[in-house]
Amino acid sequence: MNDEKLIYQGAEAKIILSTFLSKTVVKKHRIKKTYRIKEIDEVLISSRTKEEAKLIHLARKQGVCVPSLFDVDLTNGIITMSYIKGDRVKDIFDTIDKKKRKELCIMIGKNIARLHNKDLIHGDITTSNMILSDNKVFFIDFGLGEINHELESKGVDLHVLMEAMESTHSKNANDFEYVLEGYEKEYHGDIKRVKKKIEDIVKRGRYR
Amino acid sequence: MISLGIEGTAHSIAIGIVENKDNACIVLSNMIKTFHPESGGIHPREAANHHAKYVADVIKDSMKKAEIDFKDIDLVSFSQGPGLGPCLRTAATAARTLSLQLEKPIMGVNHCVAHLEIGRGTIDSCDDPVLLYTSGANTQVIAFAEGKYRVFGETLDIGIGNCLDKFGRTIGLPFPSGPVIEKYAKNGRKYLPLPYSIKGMDIAFSGLLTAAQQYYKNGETVEDVCYSIQETTFAALTEVTERAMAQLEKKEVLLGGGVAANQRLRGMVEEMAKERDARCFAPRIDLCIDNGAMIAWLGLVMYQSGIRMMLEDTGIDQRFRTDMVDVSWR
Repeated sequence: MNDEKLIYQGAEAKIILSTFLSKTVVKKHRIKKTYRIKEIDEVLISSRTKEEAKLIHLARKQGVCVPSLFDVDLTNGIITMSYIKGDRVKDIFDTIDKKKRKELCIMIGKNIARLHNKDLIHGDITTSNMILSDNKVFFIDFGLGEINHELESKGVDLHVLMEAMESTHSKNANDFEYVLEGYEKEYHGDIKRVKKKIEDIVKRGRYR
Repeated sequence: MISLGIEGTAHSIAIGIVENKDNACIVLSNMIKTFHPESGGIHPREAANHHAKYVADVIKDSMKKAEIDFKDIDLVSFSQGPGLGPCLRTAATAARTLSLQLEKPIMGVNHCVAHLEIGRGTIDSCDDPVLLYTSGANTQVIAFAEGKYRVFGETLDIGIGNCLDKFGRTIGLPFPSGPVIEKYAKNGRKYLPLPYSIKGMDIAFSGLLTAAQQYYKNGETVEDVCYSIQETTFAALTEVTERAMAQLEKKEVLLGGGVAANQRLRGMVEEMAKERDARCFAPRIDLCIDNGAMIAWLGLVMYQSGIRMMLEDTGIDQRFRTDMVDVSWR
């Protein structure tokens, strides 16, 4: 417990590298916000922690690689999960060769479809939230996720990735079509409607 | 350079006159005349009639306050959008008339961007803020990124001011209800749980409004309901602002819009900024609400960056989006 190390601080949570039962783990600790009253803060922290843990669990059941959950502390807002050793997809995406990148995109698409088949919406699919480990893509940070059956939320979920690829990997942004190719292979619903939805969202021209 | 700005996007017709001194905005005058409906909300045409009736008087008052002559004016600026069509057209017509009459250039500006630029112009150390813009119709988190002012989060349904006004109408308050709700809220003690609706960086208030109305109808005290509305909506606004600051790694936050006059909202955003080691700025109240000075200032900044507008470019745009503006001055 003494060798805890802060590896990332976001607006909502601290990500801490720690140990748990002699394993290397990551703790996601949602920070108390003093600007909001206790009645709101406590409910938000515990419900979001619970929701995120639930999504991670359900994603795993769909065969999507996610960190293993070790402990969920609703009172303090801490999720303890396995540390995924590997490369952030963001860091390697533009450096790997074309063929590998295509395979990676297809794999990403397949995984998103597996989530969407059970109405699991990640909420923040960017290449920063994927880790390539052992040739598998792990999805992390379900903090903005939800369970939602609407086509809209699936479209938005994919659109977030599309925009992230355009801004962060502008040279290879066209590879998003391979993401859709992979998605199509696993998605149970009508892929045409999903594609149409993405086009609609792009037309709204608001998100970025 | 001296610029006269005409604001008329919604409930107010306002004329501001500003001067540029070493890239800082000096407000010479800032007169505002607000339309107060006898009952209900703002009817666009009634508001426009009000603006047409008073615009000349407000111009005269503003000139008098600034102690300048019409020949001292170098630029006529006006709010081109977004806003209510009839109101925008009235302000634009006044601006075109003045520009032709004085033979001075004209500049149509984006109302939302003006809220941000007046902060940068009048507050010395405010340089690159995330703006939390909270007014009746608009609720947006705006910041500069990749050459434009972009909206990072906004309301998916109604503006926060609108939400407060609608609740105000439920309990029989006239427009604007925000200040009265703030007073009631100070005496609220019991928190009544309300929907806290954040979707990513966006936010929604209509569900909360309905729930608050139900509480009131079911006999909860006005004080407690107002307290709960403020605590919930302002916490959500502060949270999306913080998210934008974290994502963009910005160390400044600026408040704008009429709701920014609320002390509780200010307090929350200040607290959030302090926790993040960031700085919080709020222009003085007459520059927070819809006003002519901010329109005058943005027009001036645009003009000095080399932007020119012909009369035929001065058509209004009710849906003028923040990110449609090419920001050539930064």
